[in-house]
Amino acid sequence: MKKRIVVVGNGMVGHKFIDNLVNHADADQYKVITFSEEPRLAYDRVQLSKYFSGSTAEDLALTNADYYNEKSVEFILKDKVIDLDFDNKEVITASGRREGYDKLILATGSFPFVPPIPGNNGEHCLVYRTIEDLEAITNSAKQSKVGVVVGGGLLGLEAAAALKAAGLETHVVEFAPRLMAVQLDEGGGKLLRRKIEAIGVKVHTQKATNEIVAGTELRYRMNFADGSHLETDMILFSAGIRPQDELARKCGIQLGERGGIVVDNNCQTNIDNVYAIGECALWNNRIYGLVAPGYQMAKVAVSHITGGSDQFMGADMSTKLKLLGVDVASIGDAHGTTPGSLSYTYSNDVDEVYKRMIVSADNKKLLGAVLVGDVEAYGTLQQMCVNGMDLPEDPNCLILPNVEGGSGMAIGVDALPEAAMICSCYDVSKGAICCSVQNGARTMGDIKALTKASTGCGGCTALTKQVMDSELKKLGVEVSNHICEHFPHSRQELADIVRIKQIKTFDELLDGHGHGLGCDICKPAVGSILAAFWNEYVLDKKHIGLQDTNDIFLGNMQKDGTYSIVPRVAGGEITPDKLIVLGQVAKQYKLYTKITGGQRIDLFGAQLHQLPAIWKVLVEAGFETGHAYGKSLRTVKSCVGSTWCRYGVLDSVGMAITLENRYKGVRAPHKIKFGVSGCTRECAEAQSKDFGVIATETGWSLYVCGNGGMRPRHADLFATGLDDVTLIKYIDRVMMFYIRTGDRLQRTSVWLENMEGGLDYLKKVVIDDKLSICAELEAQMAYNISQYQCEWKTTVENDELQKRFKHFINTDATDSNLAYVVEREQIRPATALERNNTNIQFVELVD
Amino acid sequence: MSEKPWISVCEFDDLIPDTGVCALVNNQQVAIFRSRRLNEIFAVSNYDPIGEANVLSRGIIGSIGDEVVVASPLYKEHYNLRTGECLEKPEYNVAVYPVRIDDGLVQVQA
Repeated sequence: MKKRIVVVGNGMVGHKFIDNLVNHADADQYKVITFSEEPRLAYDRVQLSKYFSGSTAEDLALTNADYYNEKSVEFILKDKVIDLDFDNKEVITASGRREGYDKLILATGSFPFVPPIPGNNGEHCLVYRTIEDLEAITNSAKQSKVGVVVGGGLLGLEAAAALKAAGLETHVVEFAPRLMAVQLDEGGGKLLRRKIEAIGVKVHTQKATNEIVAGTELRYRMNFADGSHLETDMILFSAGIRPQDELARKCGIQLGERGGIVVDNNCQTNIDNVYAIGECALWNNRIYGLVAPGYQMAKVAVSHITGGSDQFMGADMSTKLKLLGVDVASIGDAHGTTPGSLSYTYSNDVDEVYKRMIVSADNKKLLGAVLVGDVEAYGTLQQMCVNGMDLPEDPNCLILPNVEGGSGMAIGVDALPEAAMICSCYDVSKGAICCSVQNGARTMGDIKALTKASTGCGGCTALTKQVMDSELKKLGVEVSNHICEHFPHSRQELADIVRIKQIKTFDELLDGHGHGLGCDICKPAVGSILAAFWNEYVLDKKHIGLQDTNDIFLGNMQKDGTYSIVPRVAGGEITPDKLIVLGQVAKQYKLYTKITGGQRIDLFGAQLHQLPAIWKVLVEAGFETGHAYGKSLRTVKSCVGSTWCRYGVLDSVGMAITLENRYKGVRAPHKIKFGVSGCTRECAEAQSKDFGVIATETGWSLYVCGNGGMRPRHADLFATGLDDVTLIKYIDRVMMFYIRTGDRLQRTSVWLENMEGGLDYLKKVVIDDKLSICAELEAQMAYNISQYQCEWKTTVENDELQKRFKHFINTDATDSNLAYVVEREQIRPATALERNNTNIQFVELVD
Repeated sequence: MSEKPWISVCEFDDLIPDTGVCALVNNQQVAIFRSRRLNEIFAVSNYDPIGEANVLSRGIIGSIGDEVVVASPLYKEHYNLRTGECLEKPEYNVAVYPVRIDDGLVQVQA
């Protein structure tokens, strides 16, 4: 009989436990039942703030009913476990349900601590922990102008960011003398405060709130112990967490003096067969309020139940994060409390950077560090600290900027032990990364897909890449990025050569930088590069031999050699007259007609010789080519937006049309899709596009590098609160940077995943102009746009250019191999079986 | 059997360098390519035996190692323009036809 495993609580850690167990080799020996008092299954609380920038509860979900059903996990929502019967080994829920267990896992998590201040229970006094809390905050914010966060810790500042994003005048009230008192020292806290105040959040430290009473101008008035006061419309309490140990307390499980369920190194409580993991567990008199240690506990509990030997031995509490746009990191003994410890401090008020390292009394080991404003050294310092590695001869170089071997200096990854934890979000060790390289991983994309390393907070991206590169080198794998045998260069290098040497033809490039005749890899790639920079007519005799299957006849070749035709319908907006023209053309030429995913109309089955005649009609009716055949901008999908929609915030159709007309015809390493949504309901599904634009009350939000298709990827939020001009400026820059640096046939999603430094680096390049190339990128884009032509208009206006559009050069006959039958009132190619069936009537083709 | 006659299909100048055209010769579809660098023309069957469509004249020509090839526009297999052999799947091949320039005209035997 299967052992019954009951998990109380389906938060991040409870789910992690279940996920580990059901994927264990012996999973079939266990039956898992989980209870949650919340109305939904586990979701990502770490990313909770994304809820305010458009993520939905679904986006945040870590699992779903289908997955649990597939794994035979029984889950009971909205039914709280209120009692435990250890004698009969049963749990009892609020609804009276009893469920037997062989092993019981308490993963009840924590709850937000609300200081016992009189008046703390008002309607607009809220906390920040669950999706329901966020919904309440959103509602309250709509009826408020000013918001106060009580608590200047990590979560408090995240809550403040949420209020700021909701457009409220935001205050942070902190009892301690500085922000993030747990993680930061005085210098770090001071700089963080300065930076946060600079973006308009008001910070009040050393304030003890005595009472909350009705305000005179605003809803509430907070009276502080020092006699001062502050008026506000809403109050968010974020003054730390407390372990949710109520159930354990009631049932007599041993607790710590200040709460928390006491566990040993196996995560077992003092009651047989009962474990506690996550924020409700107290190990070595300590609660771990981060998710990574919780995940470790989940792993340990699974190991113990399944006969393994993993032990929980404490966890590294180092953190690196971005709060209100400020980079902050804290490592190990950040306060220098180790007796005899010494410190190195670098403080730069001009660039707003603060770094401090705590080292051992003998100056040999790193004990801790605080970084604010520049956290590039985090990976190196954290590994050095956790693995007890020796400091370099001159430790200064670890935090000093712009000196030889300065903060960018990475520790030799070879010095790291195999067990070194590289990605703490997903518990990926150096050994695991090396192992996946040995098994064939060659790119960061591979590593992410195989190990999940650096797909969480992304803090370990640089380090992961170093480990991968070093392992590749050891394996003697020469990572050749040459585009093909004809050029000893990557696509990016070829793009640089073309741009800098002003090369205008493939032959010129091959003569100077390649050999052989070229091939179907390098020719289209170079054709795309030439088009991206000089944007000449792609069917010019100089370029025609470079064009791939679809480009060479400006249509999409189908399986029988005929083409489909997709005119541009910018933003998906089309007049009835134009719709009629499409219908008439399709009818006249008997074309199969289908609506595309990109809000356009696709006409299939056009023969080569028919293309110019069809396009002549379309061009006369005002249509332009849709570039459905090109590695270029495809469509800008939009929702109807504020013009019609009751919920629309901005004119998404207008913006979509502007963007589509701006970037139409721009050639890139691969196709590019856009989406523009008029509000955060996101009906245009912009977050699955290369460029997603979403309207908010404060302006446009820009998302970049999303993808649908085979490997879906949600786009990353790049910038918020943008006006039209800034939005277009950023898109110009990102797109041209992609055109310059992308690999052949690399979509923006993979491009970003393989970019060293990732999203932060891209932001630095595009927003902060770190490489001083933004003016050039914009100029390049402006030139490209100025050279735009509708390739079909050019073609139908020139008889000479149309000559090629014939199946045979020596006769007007057509391809006798084509055969169509009727299905659902339209044509489709006949199958092989149908072709051999003499009884079948084929559709008579139009000349 | 007597040799097939040379059939003129177009003028040499009708061939755009490094592209192909298709000619109908004795009811057979013949793909004809012109390589500017080699200063040479090639003729093979236009029928792609893997994609099962008459499309090879619309493929990109180039070289792989020492072989001169055309890539099928459908699924990108390479066919040797001198032997007709498919590089990726040698069990497939396409017919190769004699082709020449005579007095500015492209002529094929098929």
